[in-house]
Amino acid sequence: MPKRFIYLDNAAATRLDERVLEAMKPYFFETYAVATSQFGYSPGIEAKDALEEARARLAATLGAKPEEFVFTSGDAESSNMALKGVALALGTKKGKHIVTSPIEDFPVLYSARALERQGFEVSYVRVDETGRVDLDHLREIIRPDTILVSIQAANQEIGTLQDVAAIGAICREKGTLFHTDATHAFGRVPINTQQVPVDLITVTAHLIHGPRGIGGLYVREGTPIAKWMDGGFQEFNLRGGVENIPGAVGFAKAVELITEEETARLRTWRDEAIARLLEIPHARLNGHPVHRLPHNVNVSFRFVEGESVLLHLDMRGFAVSTGSACFSRSLEASHVILGIGGNHERAHGSVRITFGRYNEPEDVEAIATALREVVETLRKISPLGKEE
Amino acid sequence: MPLPYSDIVMEHFRNPRNVGRIEDADAKAVEGSPACGDMVAVYLKVDEATHRIEDVKFESYGCASNIATGSIITELAKGKTLEEAKQITWQQASEALGGLPPIKAHCSVLAVDGLRAAIQNYEEKHGLIKERVPTTEEEIRRRLKHVMNPMVGLDLVRTKLVREIRLENGQVRIVIDLPPDHQFASNIREEIREKIEPLWDVESVEVEFTG
Repeated sequence: MPKRFIYLDNAAATRLDERVLEAMKPYFFETYAVATSQFGYSPGIEAKDALEEARARLAATLGAKPEEFVFTSGDAESSNMALKGVALALGTKKGKHIVTSPIEDFPVLYSARALERQGFEVSYVRVDETGRVDLDHLREIIRPDTILVSIQAANQEIGTLQDVAAIGAICREKGTLFHTDATHAFGRVPINTQQVPVDLITVTAHLIHGPRGIGGLYVREGTPIAKWMDGGFQEFNLRGGVENIPGAVGFAKAVELITEEETARLRTWRDEAIARLLEIPHARLNGHPVHRLPHNVNVSFRFVEGESVLLHLDMRGFAVSTGSACFSRSLEASHVILGIGGNHERAHGSVRITFGRYNEPEDVEAIATALREVVETLRKISPLGKEE
Repeated sequence: MPLPYSDIVMEHFRNPRNVGRIEDADAKAVEGSPACGDMVAVYLKVDEATHRIEDVKFESYGCASNIATGSIITELAKGKTLEEAKQITWQQASEALGGLPPIKAHCSVLAVDGLRAAIQNYEEKHGLIKERVPTTEEEIRRRLKHVMNPMVGLDLVRTKLVREIRLENGQVRIVIDLPPDHQFASNIREEIREKIEPLWDVESVEVEFTG
């Protein structure tokens, strides 16, 4: 029997849970009508009910009202909508200044850069070597014409969690809107909009064993935001286009299936894996040791390159990720590792492991052993690290 | 589609030939640096009478294509005279590997440059090299032929991306015909600097993007 392939890249994509698929199926084959108004035909009303039930359930997990949750095609669209929607609504009224961090994921980072080309000004708040935002610096760089602060809830590569409550409080105090990209935190690290003063939250289904192509943006009641996609009057007239009802139902189901026990299990594996990997010589943890996503491990190994590590692990039946320039589509080293003050070398040898529902307890030992051997093999042929 | 690497690349990646160090090497060179990414070290043992490469070994701090090209280039060079080995091109290395993805062409250039630098090191040590000549625009252009356009896997000169080269009192300014926010702009800038800055009379290198 072939050995099971061990997938450890759950921050990139996750396996769909069968129970999610089962929940979605009726909305492909039976209730496939568009969500019509209450005066429409019955299958359309049923579809509408399913959509609104999913919306209410997802909103509730954020402590929000259903009308504060807008469905999108995923996290990239949600973050584009938040930044560009607010810019369009406030750019001529309040100002053209946006604050973000240098380690945001690409949808936020490149939305900010796109706005820069259209005359907006972007300031980047300092982060420390673990990736945590410098709150004093944040307070300093918010100006009267700042229309939005966009700082992630959790980092995509190094897993560092931000103190969103403190960031939100500063934004409130300064009178600016606050968006957080919670793509990697949603479902695993709770965020309650009744306690945390946040105005916009990006969430997505595909990293919590839900379907691809569905995400959401929480928009606090009264937040000024321009219509993002022209079309019909769907999604409270914020996003035109036929609703993805099977996706919405699947998203709600995926959230429902996450349990605290499961998240605690991932956390145990994470801690075991970090401990094991740091036993390898010249290894260092990237990100925060405590304020960290429960399923994220990111370690840099000196004198070896990430793509080589990745390919050797693939041959042994493991999927992981790296921040090496050789692996990236732009041949650029991870902006996150560089953003927290790391050098190219640290990005070059960084390896990210992210656990999910379908991992087994023995995967921790298996990946730790495999990584140790692969790093040893590659160090033997490396010109570096021999003198020490 | 499987991996974009040929079976030959994967074979050399898995089992690299001539890997390691020659402790009493007659010449050695390191190309690249840990600061900007991949790195290759090449060690030579040369017959003093015939100038034939008796042994050659390499070490790599890089990706699969870097390791594979280090492996193939040492196979190609072994037994050749220094003059013959100098003629080995990155295209030959790439062909011997059954081709490399365009985005990885720079890895084969790095390995070939490593070999050439090791040969130059031997020539310098054994008084086989002439006086240092001042850098010309031609020399810069020649070196830019070793900077890859990752979109197509051919060099910047051949793909007509070099719009202007200016050389004045050791200040080099190169204009590249790509927009400043191009996907590969940062990478190309780094690679150009890596190739031009080591020239003995070059003090600064400025790379501008206008597209």
